[in-house]
Amino acid sequence: MIQVRELSKFYGKKAVVEKVSVNIQRGQITSFIGPNGAGKSTLLSMVSRLLDADTGEVLVDKDDVRKMKSNDFAKRVSILKQSNYMNVRLTVRELVSFGRFPHSRGRLNEEDIRVIDQAIEYMELGDLQDNYLDELSGGQRQRAFISMVIAQDTEYVLLDEPLNNLDMKHSVQIMKILRRLVDELGKTVVIVLHDINFASVYSDRIVALKDGRVIKDGPTEDIINSESLKEIYDMDIPIKQMSNCRICVYFNS
Amino acid sequence: MRDSTKLIILYALAALFVGLYLFHDLNGSYDYALPRRGVKVAAMAVTGIAIAYATVVFQTITQNRILTPSIMGLDSLYMLIQTVIIFFLGSTHITVVNKQVNFLLSVIAMVIFALLLYQLLFKKGNRPVYFLLLVGIIVGTFFSSISTFLQVLIDPNEFLTVQDAMFASFNNVNSDLVWLSIAVVAACIFIGWRQLRIMDVISLGRDISMNLGVPYDRMVRSTLILSAVLIAVSTALVGPITFFGLIVANLSYQFIKSYKHSITITAAAGLSLILLIGGQWIVERVFTFSTTLSVVIEFAGGVYFIYLLLKESRSA
Repeated sequence: MIQVRELSKFYGKKAVVEKVSVNIQRGQITSFIGPNGAGKSTLLSMVSRLLDADTGEVLVDKDDVRKMKSNDFAKRVSILKQSNYMNVRLTVRELVSFGRFPHSRGRLNEEDIRVIDQAIEYMELGDLQDNYLDELSGGQRQRAFISMVIAQDTEYVLLDEPLNNLDMKHSVQIMKILRRLVDELGKTVVIVLHDINFASVYSDRIVALKDGRVIKDGPTEDIINSESLKEIYDMDIPIKQMSNCRICVYFNS
Repeated sequence: MRDSTKLIILYALAALFVGLYLFHDLNGSYDYALPRRGVKVAAMAVTGIAIAYATVVFQTITQNRILTPSIMGLDSLYMLIQTVIIFFLGSTHITVVNKQVNFLLSVIAMVIFALLLYQLLFKKGNRPVYFLLLVGIIVGTFFSSISTFLQVLIDPNEFLTVQDAMFASFNNVNSDLVWLSIAVVAACIFIGWRQLRIMDVISLGRDISMNLGVPYDRMVRSTLILSAVLIAVSTALVGPITFFGLIVANLSYQFIKSYKHSITITAAAGLSLILLIGGQWIVERVFTFSTTLSVVIEFAGGVYFIYLLLKESRSA
């Protein structure tokens, strides 16, 4: 379990994240939703140590993240941000191999190679593994980066808007893979999402942020209803039940 | 062609030029000419390797392929240090006469400068590349303006000593310092080499390398110090050659398509040896000293720099 306690981040005097406390359960997909500027990405960055928190603490399975060694932390928690500009030209396989760095420090053994093969297989990148990243489409690139995180083989996987700039087909593909990561491999996935329908259909829990605070936190079915969404987004959003999915019809509200 | 084949070709060429430089037209002067040429070759090799290593890792931590440690103002800082020492202490002071003391003083000052620059540029989040370039140029210009100002005020006899440091070329290499430099550069590269796998990760950017468990900020700081030391050593030996690192690093990236630093740095070092030793041989034997190698390098490097800038702006 990841426990976030009273976490705050200030830019100047403005609090971007203010006294956020939230628990992330193992073996679930937890989605962070909320309007732009609610502090979702900042919160995720602090949990993953990319950003130092000003106050508060984050515990991963009861260990304080600030006291962990970088390498040990990287074996337990992985983070993927939305933009990944790189100065070097890598093939898909080379990128995925980097996922093993916390385990092997760059010297791959047979076990590492097996995990890399699996991760590539898992993201269906077998045919593309020797292609360079800059030759790929946005969706393929995103899959390559997620494949790297899978090769990293951490208990917790944090993703910051992984569906950005992806079309419907690739978005669904990636969400299905994340679902499989949780259901088949028992990982814990935390994801920042913009589209509440993806959050509604794929996540187990939803944490809603607004103005740097948590305003809703609970199982998906408790959050996806018109009253809660009104509080989060200040919009009247009707909910339609379709087969097993609850769809938020926000386009003309 | 495989990377290992390319490296073998590079080092075969380098060995050829070393052989040519040492033995061509020697006329049996094994006692006089050979040791002198040997010192020069050693000096050029240690300079070339230091600049190649420093530039490649510097470009990795700053995430670009145009900036070099020299552009960041380290060269002009070295000149400033030399000028200030002579201005305030005189050319007969121990810090001028004793080359070893002078050398250590320069290295320490450059390391402190590198640390300050680090605080400014890396501590407050991600600064864009152009900000880095701008600060480097401004600081460099500032240093050289002060140097020029002090040089104008200085006694003409004292100025000759400053000038000596200014135009230290490959033709009058400071042989006192060659062995000391080899020791320092070898130590730096020994320390740095074990971290090259981490540098491979750092080239993926801050977020990904932190995700992969690399203590990013600490690595950036130590790498910056390492490249400052290496540049200080090479500058103290042969004087400022601003564009040399840019040439060898970028030629190496074009020649070797690998992301591995151990390979790109080895290639860049090989290219340095070829350019410096081969170039010096041509300058001495073909042009019979009618020009100096550093002039040729600066000219070619400047043109290459503009080419890279134009290429970057087109791709951005």
